[in-house]
Amino acid sequence: MRVSSVVVALGFVSLLTDISSEAVSAVLPLFITGALGMSTLTYGFVDGLMQGATALVRVVGGWASDRGDHPKWVAFLGYGVSALTRAGLLLASGFLAITALVAVDRVGKGMRTAPRDAMIAASSDPRTLGRSFGVHRTFDTVGAALGPLAAFVVLWAIPNGYRTVFVISFGCAVLGLAVLGLMVPDLRPRRAAWLERHRVREERGLPKCKGCTCDLTALAPGGKQSFSWRFLTEPGVRRLMGVAGLLALLTVGDGFVYLSLQTRDGFASKWFPLLYVGTNAAYMCLATPMGRLADRIGRAKVFVASHVALLGAYLCAAVVGGGTASTVATLALLGLFYAGTDGVLSALAGRLAGPAVRGSAIGTAQGVVAGSRMCASWLFGLAWFTLGRSPAMLLVAGLLAVAVPVAWRTLRPLDARLRTQAAA
Amino acid sequence: MRRPTPRLVALVAVVLVVTAGVGWYVVRAAGSQRHQVASAPSVASTDLASALAAPHVVFRSTLPGPQYGQVAVVPLAAPAGPRAFADAACDRLYTVGTTTSCLRIVRGVATRYETDVLDSSWRTTATWPLPGIPSRSRISPDGSLVATTAFVTGHSYAQVGFSTETTIHKADGTDLGSLEDYALTVDGKPYTASDRNFWGVSFVDDDTFYATGASQSANATWLLKGSVSARTLTAFRSGGECPSISPDRAHLAYKKVVRTDAGQKVWAYAVLTLATGTETLYDVTAGCDDQIEWLDDTTILYGMARADEPGTTDVWSLDISTPGAKPKVFIPGAWSPAVVR
Repeated sequence: MRVSSVVVALGFVSLLTDISSEAVSAVLPLFITGALGMSTLTYGFVDGLMQGATALVRVVGGWASDRGDHPKWVAFLGYGVSALTRAGLLLASGFLAITALVAVDRVGKGMRTAPRDAMIAASSDPRTLGRSFGVHRTFDTVGAALGPLAAFVVLWAIPNGYRTVFVISFGCAVLGLAVLGLMVPDLRPRRAAWLERHRVREERGLPKCKGCTCDLTALAPGGKQSFSWRFLTEPGVRRLMGVAGLLALLTVGDGFVYLSLQTRDGFASKWFPLLYVGTNAAYMCLATPMGRLADRIGRAKVFVASHVALLGAYLCAAVVGGGTASTVATLALLGLFYAGTDGVLSALAGRLAGPAVRGSAIGTAQGVVAGSRMCASWLFGLAWFTLGRSPAMLLVAGLLAVAVPVAWRTLRPLDARLRTQAAA
Repeated sequence: MRRPTPRLVALVAVVLVVTAGVGWYVVRAAGSQRHQVASAPSVASTDLASALAAPHVVFRSTLPGPQYGQVAVVPLAAPAGPRAFADAACDRLYTVGTTTSCLRIVRGVATRYETDVLDSSWRTTATWPLPGIPSRSRISPDGSLVATTAFVTGHSYAQVGFSTETTIHKADGTDLGSLEDYALTVDGKPYTASDRNFWGVSFVDDDTFYATGASQSANATWLLKGSVSARTLTAFRSGGECPSISPDRAHLAYKKVVRTDAGQKVWAYAVLTLATGTETLYDVTAGCDDQIEWLDDTTILYGMARADEPGTTDVWSLDISTPGAKPKVFIPGAWSPAVVR
């Protein structure tokens, strides 16, 4: 596997951070109701607004990374905030404090995603960008699998060892932060791009100098670099955002898919809490192959086509009287969907926008998707109740079947454009 | 050989410090856990058969020690005396006659939850999965129906929301469905908002039951009366949760939000006289959060966590017929009581 060392380092950062966060989220409900003796949570929801806010934070994170041209330090701030919430968990003793910490952690997660993906894009060969993202997402999901495992081992050895889980989680978060701070170079994508475009001293706004070579890439630009949101009006970017938003509107939460499996299938019901593990396992195995496939046949194609897997998952989940096989197929299809969309979208957005606005483009794409998915869950919740479980699922599947060909036609030109861009 | 860069040296140093620190904590925590188990005072125990022979209380023992979480029995005549342990461990339980519903957390790489129906010799006769952490359970007076409430927890990091799922099963494991699928009537009109939530069933007989319903969008919580055969729920009063019908069917006890402290609801128990519709609030029970069990027609039982000892709880009793009566500890180190006469 020949991917940039920066991608591998960022992969390790994500792996450690995911061990940290997933270990906590695996035990948090038990901790709150069991160890804290707070069954006061008879009923409650975390505000939908909170999720909307993280969509916004993603955009802001991307913008800050472009604006300051130090994506590493924006990401560092995001990872740092999350690490601090782990330390906070060791001290927190009330439900409100814990909810606040989870919320702050999510803000950190939203903040770091776009700058991190911008760094992956900046340090990878454009021709194999999909693979780079795939490799990174594989590391990420491995961490997500190891976290709950570590938590389980601790609770098995120390039945009330929630604080031990939090200490381990905090340790992993600090290690992730250290790898990011010490092993990832402070990439300056905008400066590098500017220097690439302005090769002559004169263009760089520097005084003439006889005998100096003119391609000193390390030379600091003298001119001002301005940031503009104008890239959003470019037809290619607009198309991508529109299509990603539309498709995300038809992406209902996994929770609904699992619930609908659970209501009709003894196997899914028995293993309900394990269903997401199945999806994650498929995602983990498929992330890199799907990234490579995207590099070979076109990222827009893979991105749109992966929604066919989602469609398949809906159909599998809606079919009444399915068995173990259809449950396993649903999970595999969901994993395939994530493998073909998450990293691929970042690769698409990152390539489509120029290096100067890459973070913002990735952040905006992810923000659009996060916001639309939130709306989707909300709308689907209504359909779920008014139409019933299977009809609601079939309705979304039907809409998706209409939307995918439209998305395909809209995005197909992008692949050709990216290909000529890469060749140039 | 190349000399390692200062950054690499720093990283190795951080890794060593963090590993050593975390390792030290883990070893210490494991050590103190072993010490606690070894030094826990042995819980006085008696013979199970004789405890079961007379009227008794079945509950979850929460005294520290190897029997933590096990099902225990005390005679009604001496509730605070020595307890007899049964060969079963439950997180929430209820017993009618010799039928016990045992809601448990099955720890694993991914935690699972289930309901086991136990017979007189604590053998599992039926089992079905729960979608989340056990919360409430009740059995109908004839032992034929089992109601369970679980917190459905989000499983991805993006979801920390909690909702509840309440289902009724036959004791043989036949699924009679979730209360969400029942027709709910509020103020005489069908109520269909998708964020309906139900919890805390209390059976009157093998068809009629009381329960709690709520809707976030309506910002309302209702006490409901339901029918298993008709699959209906009707709201008859707002603002009470986890109802419990008295043995003589004259009173309905439930918890009620009395105030909000730092964003956290504080409940106290209230008792409704069904014939007159008068509600009496017992402020002395503020801070409680349990579904009431009736000791007799004038005494309520409920579990409370000990503030200074996480994981340990006590069952308290309150005489509701004497004005100004104070709650008393009924069974120390106990949770989820079920009175069996």
